[in-house]
Amino acid sequence: MPQSEQLLSLYRQMLIIRYTEEQLARSHQMGLIHGACHTYVGEEAIATGVCAHLRPDDAVFSTHRGHGHALAKGVSPREVVAELFGRATGCSQGRGGSMHLFKPEVGMMGTSGIVGPCILQATGAGYSFKLLKSDQVGVAFFGDGAVNNGAFHEGLNLASIWKLPTLFVCENNLYATEVPFSYSSGNPHVGNRGPAYGMESLTVDGNDVLAVYEAAEEAVQRARGGEGPTLIECRTYRTRAHSEGMRDAGYRTQEEVEAWKERDPITRYNEWLLENEEAGPETLAGIEAEVKEMVADAEEFARNSPWPEPDTVSEHVFNQR
Amino acid sequence: MRELTYVEATLEALDSAMARDPSIFVVGEGIGERGGNFNTTVGLYDKYGPERLCDTPISERGFVGMCAGAAMTGTRPVVDFMFLDFILDAFGELVNQIAKMQYMSSGRLKMPILLRGAIGIGHSAATHHSGSYYPIFAHLPGFRVVVPAIPSDAKGLFTTALQSDDPVLFLEHKSLLFNRGEVPEGEYAIPFGQARIAREGSDCTLVAIGSMVDKSVAVCDKLAEDGVSAEVIDPRTIAPLDMETILESVSKTGRLLIVDETFQPCGVGAEIAAQVIDQGFDDLDAPIRRLNGAHVPTPYSPPLELAIVPEPDDIEQSVRDLLAE
Repeated sequence: MPQSEQLLSLYRQMLIIRYTEEQLARSHQMGLIHGACHTYVGEEAIATGVCAHLRPDDAVFSTHRGHGHALAKGVSPREVVAELFGRATGCSQGRGGSMHLFKPEVGMMGTSGIVGPCILQATGAGYSFKLLKSDQVGVAFFGDGAVNNGAFHEGLNLASIWKLPTLFVCENNLYATEVPFSYSSGNPHVGNRGPAYGMESLTVDGNDVLAVYEAAEEAVQRARGGEGPTLIECRTYRTRAHSEGMRDAGYRTQEEVEAWKERDPITRYNEWLLENEEAGPETLAGIEAEVKEMVADAEEFARNSPWPEPDTVSEHVFNQR
Repeated sequence: MRELTYVEATLEALDSAMARDPSIFVVGEGIGERGGNFNTTVGLYDKYGPERLCDTPISERGFVGMCAGAAMTGTRPVVDFMFLDFILDAFGELVNQIAKMQYMSSGRLKMPILLRGAIGIGHSAATHHSGSYYPIFAHLPGFRVVVPAIPSDAKGLFTTALQSDDPVLFLEHKSLLFNRGEVPEGEYAIPFGQARIAREGSDCTLVAIGSMVDKSVAVCDKLAEDGVSAEVIDPRTIAPLDMETILESVSKTGRLLIVDETFQPCGVGAEIAAQVIDQGFDDLDAPIRRLNGAHVPTPYSPPLELAIVPEPDDIEQSVRDLLAE
């Protein structure tokens, strides 16, 4: 169980993600975001619970639905919003957008528009850390869609045979875009696949931040201690459309969406904090107000930020010219 | 000067770089104790151990993607594909991740990954063990593409590749691997983007790539007996491509033939020809000619295989035709 201060920090982190995502959704409607925008609304507990155990020198590799991972790993809302606005102040200086968020200075090694590679890259970070004899860890966040991709099989096997310090965090939100996991997977579970690779694995409630926190704590300890990788399946749900502006119908029912909203990770955690007297309503309201202000500031910062200079477009193709 | 084979030359470069830099490691199938199918890592396992000479499962996409992550986090992977054809299973990792990583991250990440493999047609290796593919990689922003033709270049370019923070494809033609040549002792680096003039001449210019370099030089030596003075340029790297040396030669000779085993359509010769027309049109006294391997998958049977590769007779005829224009 986390200490009191840590308990509030988890709440604050989930709010940073939620409010930033809601701001991005509004900004998308206003035309301020130029490409795709896949929000993490409903899945905040996972990035928050896992990244709470990570240091800035641990390496996170993420997916197209990666805003939450970037924020939880320490990229500021300013840098995330500015990147989606296509501005020079964004975390990828306008070269990436929603699906390519980078800030290696805090161990955010990138989100990817292709499903699967993050699994292999986190394995590679594990290989580096093992070779360099450091106690850093590599973490891959990916959805259920990646589980049926060859990268999952190859990456988990490689991490297992070399006992690499890597966490594989599957955010099973039940749909790969709009294709149900129950339809697309011969094995309807992810958390029981570890033994197929000789690896520890488990399933947790991905909408319960404390459950994720505890599972990740053990997995990170295992990795840092040289005892190898762990696969964690977090059962969750995205309550907004696959991508902002997309029609969100024809593959799931409104009743299903509403039922999952009842299990909203932030509401549940708010109630848990109050019931267990870990925080009073004023404290939580204070955190909410502070984060709202932070996100409003991020939006204003992004809107007023300069565009990248077009004559810099060829920079950074190579390290050396 | 002492002589080494092409493979021994790269092995020497790899060994001294690994001795100096503990972040370099090699992955591949059979590159550990066995020393590599083409002897590319002989003796290194005993010196540097299993973590730095890391045998892999047959999992090309897996270990290429893994090495991308390793290169992003402080180590310098060398991927030994044995036959380069196997790289294609990892094409998405290469094109979408490795080549684009530095750009996507606005230069905050480096991608020091060396990808090596044996290329080229010969020995009835058939169509899954004979590919070269370098025009495809040279087409894409983000790759360095190296195609050495002689042992001394192989060593110097391999050293540069091991020091590069960019992804490098180091492609070794199978017919060259056990050729011997003079190789300087000690470490030295040959910069990318500097062609080598393999043979000087004044009547026509041949740009020859990989296994075509020695073949072209031999043909031109023979033609010299008939009074033909042909220059042979070995670009050594396809990306970056040293157009300056090629244009300078064409300004002297006025005639250009590009000899390349890989396919003609959208190929390296097409690019060189276009650039020469663009920047050296007034120097040309004849149309630019290309001699390429046939545009077919590689067949198995020896006479069929022989029919698709430019041979000395084909090169000689092309030079004579070019001079007659």
